[in-house]
Amino acid sequence: MSDRGIRARHSYREATARRRLAGLLDEGSFRELLGPEHRVTSPHLAALDLPAAFDDGVVVGAGLLLGEPVLAASQEGSFMGGGVGEVHGAKLVGLLERAARERPRGVLLLLDTGGVRLQEANAGLVAVSEVMRAVLAARAARVPVVALVGGGFGCFGGMGIAARLCDAVAMSEEGRLGITGPDVLETTKGVEELDASDRALVWRTYGGKHRYLLGEADRLLEDDLEAFRTAAAELLRVSARPLDLEELEREHRQLGRRLAEFGGAADASEVWRAAGVERPEALPLLEAPEFLRAVAGARRGGR
Amino acid sequence: MTAAELLLSLFPAGHSVREEGSLLLGSGASPEGEVAVLGTAQGLEVGAEEALALAAFVLDVVRRHPARPLLALLDSRGQRMSLRDEILGLNGYLAHLATALELARQRGHRLLSLVYGEASSGSALALGFMGDEVHAVEGARLWVMNLPAMARVTKIPLERLAEVSRTSPVLAPGLDNYVRLGAVESVWQPPLAAALLQALRREAGPDRRSERGEERGGRLLARRVAEAVRGGRGGGG
Repeated sequence: MSDRGIRARHSYREATARRRLAGLLDEGSFRELLGPEHRVTSPHLAALDLPAAFDDGVVVGAGLLLGEPVLAASQEGSFMGGGVGEVHGAKLVGLLERAARERPRGVLLLLDTGGVRLQEANAGLVAVSEVMRAVLAARAARVPVVALVGGGFGCFGGMGIAARLCDAVAMSEEGRLGITGPDVLETTKGVEELDASDRALVWRTYGGKHRYLLGEADRLLEDDLEAFRTAAAELLRVSARPLDLEELEREHRQLGRRLAEFGGAADASEVWRAAGVERPEALPLLEAPEFLRAVAGARRGGR
Repeated sequence: MTAAELLLSLFPAGHSVREEGSLLLGSGASPEGEVAVLGTAQGLEVGAEEALALAAFVLDVVRRHPARPLLALLDSRGQRMSLRDEILGLNGYLAHLATALELARQRGHRLLSLVYGEASSGSALALGFMGDEVHAVEGARLWVMNLPAMARVTKIPLERLAEVSRTSPVLAPGLDNYVRLGAVESVWQPPLAAALLQALRREAGPDRRSERGEERGGRLLARRVAEAVRGGRGGGG
């Protein structure tokens, strides 16, 4: 905040999957597992004459965050929109299972994905399900899992569910999180339901600010690699969300209140107004620090 | 198959499952004791209210009936697709449902799923596919996208998708494909009560779907890739 203009910002959104990991973890500490040299590519894309990637669009491995061992995965949105196929999903599953076995300080999931990779439709759906189960199994083994959402492709479809299975979610204001993404919603339900080309509407609905205000995101960050690094370390430090009845009952009450309070909202700005934000129309224009001050009393849930 | 027919076939000794707003909630009698039943009917698209109601049921079973098995019955076209549900954070509601089911699993409840109609997208992920074992009845329809729509979205000619689908289970909708991928453990034949009883008597294990997919030739890489990344020895349980 105060050092803006002094330290150069490095955009998280504009960085590649590998650059994000390099910026997030301690310098030079990242060691990739099953990297491109192994040339494990999707077996399904070749059948459709589609180009493959030697990492199948996700980088997984181990590194250090502020000196502590973590496992991390980073999805590359520029390869098939970060879509989860058989190999891509299996790499995420393997990493989470490794976490349950090795008990590192935590797992970081840098999500940048439209969800199931349509070109591997059925295998992708099963893979997302396996990722979900593996996130929960890692948490059950008391390894905290933190999702970071700030890439250009957002986090949608089943991976939008997977993000919320994690102990915590950090988002930038440019990040987007949901299940039915804007393009799918417009295609399926028509432009009257949602105009996917209306960027303001899309960000108002799915963007980090709204998610933070709802309590769906635990941190709202500037689009800055260093901000993500700091938040990831902090979220791993604050105690994990326990997988127990008490915690789930708390979450249940919160989700029930949200429905009761905001169930009639036709636009996210109506949620902001109902939550007590004084000038809701100004929220989209605020930088993260001002935004956090403006919604401090209105925020529901989150940690 | 309607939910009523299905329930009669599963629980010949009787059940108390009510269908309200296309949600199924209640319990059925089996030789292994009461089975808690939750699910959807008539292709219900699961929105925030429905996900919360299903989660409430799971938490109630966890609170009041330790170790009682849970049977999820699925006929659902997926999550409700609406701006309003996205504003509310439907992904969070579905995640809550999935976490409630995981809590039940961790506390020793057996989780079984039976797809008796459609299964797709968000509700398949948050409800049906959360089971220790996922089964289906003949005629169940599991899908991500039909081939004509996939051709439009992916810009791959329909003929090509259809041709690849003759050998690959990955693209086209269909129960057989999901069996080959390991997503569906088995297809239950009548009498369903007997199949249910057998499943109730099996021990719960770790997620074995990638192994099944490999054995059945539908997913030849998933298990191996996960294992290579996991490292160490033995299963991922």
